[in-house]
Amino acid sequence: MQALNRKLLRDLWRVKGQAVAISLVIAVGVVMLVMYSSAFDSLRLTQTSYYERQRFADIFVTLKRAPSRLRDRIANIPGVAQVETRVVVDVTLDVEGLSEPATGRLISIPTLRRSMLNDIVIQRGRYIDGTRPDEVIVNEAFALAHDLTPGDTVSAIINGRRRDMEVVGFGLSPEFIYTIRPGELIPDDTRFGVFWMERRALAAAFDMEGGFNDVTLSLMPGARESEVIQQLDTLIENYGGFGAIPRDLQLSHWSLTQELNGLQGVGQMVPLVFLSIAAFLLNVVLTRMVSVQREQIATLKALGYANAVIGWHYTKWALAIALTGAVIGTAGGAAMGTAMTSIYNDFFRFPELTYRLLPSVVTSGVVISLLAGVLGAATAVRRAVRLPPAEAMRPQPPARYRVSLIERLGIRGVLSQPARIVLRNIQRQPVRSLASVTGIAFSVAMLIVGTFSIDAMNEMMDVQFSIAQRQDVTVSFVEPASAAARHELQRLPGVVSIEPTRSIPARLRFGSRSRQLALSGLPEEPRLNRVIEVTDLSAVTLPPNGLVVSRKLAEILGVDRGDVVRVEILHGARPVREVVVADVVKEYMGLSAYMEIDSVRRLLRESDTLSGGFVTVDPSQLDEFYRALKETPLVAGVTLRGAALESFEETFAENINVMIFFNVLFASIIACGVVYNAARMSLSERSRELASLRVIGFTRAEISSILLGELAVLTCMAIPIGLLFGYGLAALVVTLFDTELYSFPLAVAPRTYALSTLAVLAATVLSGLIVRRKLDTLDLVEVLKTRE
Amino acid sequence: MGEVDVHALRGVNLTLLDSEFLVLLGPSGSGKSTLLNILGGLDVPTAGRVLYRGHDLTAAEDRELTDYRRRHVGFVFQFYNLIPSLTARENVALVTDIAEHPLAPTEALDLVNLTDRLDHFPSQLSGGEQQRVAIARAIAKRPDVLLCDEPTGALDISTGIVVLEAIERINRELGTATAVITHNAAVSAIADTVITLSDGRIGSVRENDHKLRAHTLEW
Repeated sequence: MQALNRKLLRDLWRVKGQAVAISLVIAVGVVMLVMYSSAFDSLRLTQTSYYERQRFADIFVTLKRAPSRLRDRIANIPGVAQVETRVVVDVTLDVEGLSEPATGRLISIPTLRRSMLNDIVIQRGRYIDGTRPDEVIVNEAFALAHDLTPGDTVSAIINGRRRDMEVVGFGLSPEFIYTIRPGELIPDDTRFGVFWMERRALAAAFDMEGGFNDVTLSLMPGARESEVIQQLDTLIENYGGFGAIPRDLQLSHWSLTQELNGLQGVGQMVPLVFLSIAAFLLNVVLTRMVSVQREQIATLKALGYANAVIGWHYTKWALAIALTGAVIGTAGGAAMGTAMTSIYNDFFRFPELTYRLLPSVVTSGVVISLLAGVLGAATAVRRAVRLPPAEAMRPQPPARYRVSLIERLGIRGVLSQPARIVLRNIQRQPVRSLASVTGIAFSVAMLIVGTFSIDAMNEMMDVQFSIAQRQDVTVSFVEPASAAARHELQRLPGVVSIEPTRSIPARLRFGSRSRQLALSGLPEEPRLNRVIEVTDLSAVTLPPNGLVVSRKLAEILGVDRGDVVRVEILHGARPVREVVVADVVKEYMGLSAYMEIDSVRRLLRESDTLSGGFVTVDPSQLDEFYRALKETPLVAGVTLRGAALESFEETFAENINVMIFFNVLFASIIACGVVYNAARMSLSERSRELASLRVIGFTRAEISSILLGELAVLTCMAIPIGLLFGYGLAALVVTLFDTELYSFPLAVAPRTYALSTLAVLAATVLSGLIVRRKLDTLDLVEVLKTRE
Repeated sequence: MGEVDVHALRGVNLTLLDSEFLVLLGPSGSGKSTLLNILGGLDVPTAGRVLYRGHDLTAAEDRELTDYRRRHVGFVFQFYNLIPSLTARENVALVTDIAEHPLAPTEALDLVNLTDRLDHFPSQLSGGEQQRVAIARAIAKRPDVLLCDEPTGALDISTGIVVLEAIERINRELGTATAVITHNAAVSAIADTVITLSDGRIGSVRENDHKLRAHTLEW
């Protein structure tokens, strides 16, 4: 090996502590990059191949009822490749061990298995036997939530009569990767199940023989989606079509896409932060290295080493550290990516979610690390290259110090000599001090960003499920019903109060933009299901004639208060009205449009109808209430406020703890890396000075306080900056994760600030102690003998 | 305090011949080191010319100066300037790695009687041994010019003599043109030519007719 390379290795070994610290910071950046990117790729690739294999449809529509012969006319629409007509019905379920009613979505499947759109993957058990009308395949998540095994039965209330369905298999479908009931905000696998049932059996039970109420279709390559949708809508208009939606808006697909977008955003942002810190650390350490070795550099030049060789020598130094970081980071990132991908399997259901680490991800991790290394090394290398050899032979002039700013404020007399040394040293190297402060502040900020998601989630859940929604149960009817239905509900045991709702499928159109959703008709001043403006938590009053839309929806449509929106009702006589946007409300979850209930009824030319109700129930009579509800034929679906929340928080909590652990670990690595490096730098620059102080009679504790005092001052300066910075970064993350699905509140709890501060203080103290140990073993004679 | 122009050297004119042993004598601040740096291609004078075998070094670019140092010049510094993280052998290898027809590192160390210290780090060597490693490093490339800046400045008398013996031997056996700068007048006794410098000017040039061997020196 060349002598110069030996020098490189031995120099690296001498500063191994610092080198490892920097490598770890780089590693953390690469872990983040590899983890997010590979999880993204894995989900994306799994999604694509799953869609392809199971023929996920391109267009979806539900309607009231159409005769079977309409199928051929749909198939003849130009651009349509394959059509699947189905019967899809929501029913109330009575599941053993669950006192409250659950909701089942029954979907028809062919008697004999054949390839179809949205084909089912059978994970366990078998396909239905066409001759036995009660056999069903259930979605796997529901089966797991209830510990079902093939052969178990689940009871559905169909038209007021109990009907036992025998589970013969567990299935998955690309339509239900994210299994959420329409209109719901969070998934609840315990209380919402999908059941695939033989077509004739299902049709017979719901008076759908010779007809269908659901169409999915796939397009030929090059077909124009919007044109097909338009023709399809025209074709089914008379059959009560609710408006076709493209795949992009299909609930499961849309949720998955939103999540993937968030993942990608964070995966691109966060690693950069870590790598910039690493570059900065490299810069500090390498600059110091070059200044310590200025005579060596001059000697090498005198011996005839070219500038380029010397520049490359120090660049390799940085590259070695960066490469080590990249290797550790890639391995760690792959492990964490695997873990993250399997966490995703709790929320998204794939037949097999295979983890894939693409070579391109590894390459980009390595390249970005090396780039950070080169950038970090740049100024130091330039300094080494530019060093005039003749000048460098002469010893460096003593460092320039000045009376520090704080001292000049007139408190000079108050400060002890060591305190003056600390202050003057910080001020002598303002850039490095500032850089250390920035680095420590960054780690505080990282901690805040890493943990505030819990605060945000809590805030979101609190606003949604305690401030906005105050009902115990939300009941939705099979069909819109008259005022009599309200009285029927009122008579159920335990019911304290009822608030009616009239919700209706509609398409809102503004200019060229449109969106389909359920338009909610609520009382003018809802008491139970309230509309809350989250910025000030005020309850919104619904105006007598006008639309209140959530901010997210307003953004999608490009509307603002005062704009006039075209409301196309996709029901009944399908009236179309121009309605003014009376208010835009910021909400955390979902897309919503609200109108005062009577104006919805007027729009529909109905009186006193309701499509469901929000109910409060006497807790002591809850079981009786549930039992009665299960028997009520009118009821198609029931949502329990507390239950859904609980199950969601359970799933969420499991994962969030893991996430927090790693965030704290990563932030501590940064804090330790920055503080340890700062301390080692000071020690290396000032060991002579400190040794001299020891010689003239200062104790170990006193010289430690000079060195560590500097760190303490820097840390104390950094923490408030870090807290502010963390809030800023949290705001950035909130923006990055601002999807149509959720907008996270920028809520950082005092506890999060406190924990972040404590964690960084702990990391500082730890690094300080490590360096302090070095200080204790300072060899006075040796240090004073060597020439700087 | 403002900047002050200081001229380290003024009106210096000298010639170094093949296999000549030159001693430049002068007190601190007389411009010796600057002169040596200029001769070695580490520095360029603000005015005047430096010729090496007809090549004008004053007009040379940085790359050419590097090349000149690499091929023709051997440096020995007052404070040895060894790379602390490399052993004696490796410090010499630093030069043999990039020279064209170098001696083997062991051979060069043999010339300065250090074969028993090959794998010692600078911190494990005495001052005299370190300086001999530096000399071995300087001569390993078989330089045409050996430039020594106060090679005995940091050494006691007996160690200093060992070092001078090594330099003398190189000059004699390899015929390397050698320039030694020193403030120690006693050293001039082993030179062919002695030039005294004061205040950046040449005070005197004296041929030494009674050249002594290094081991007979005393100061």
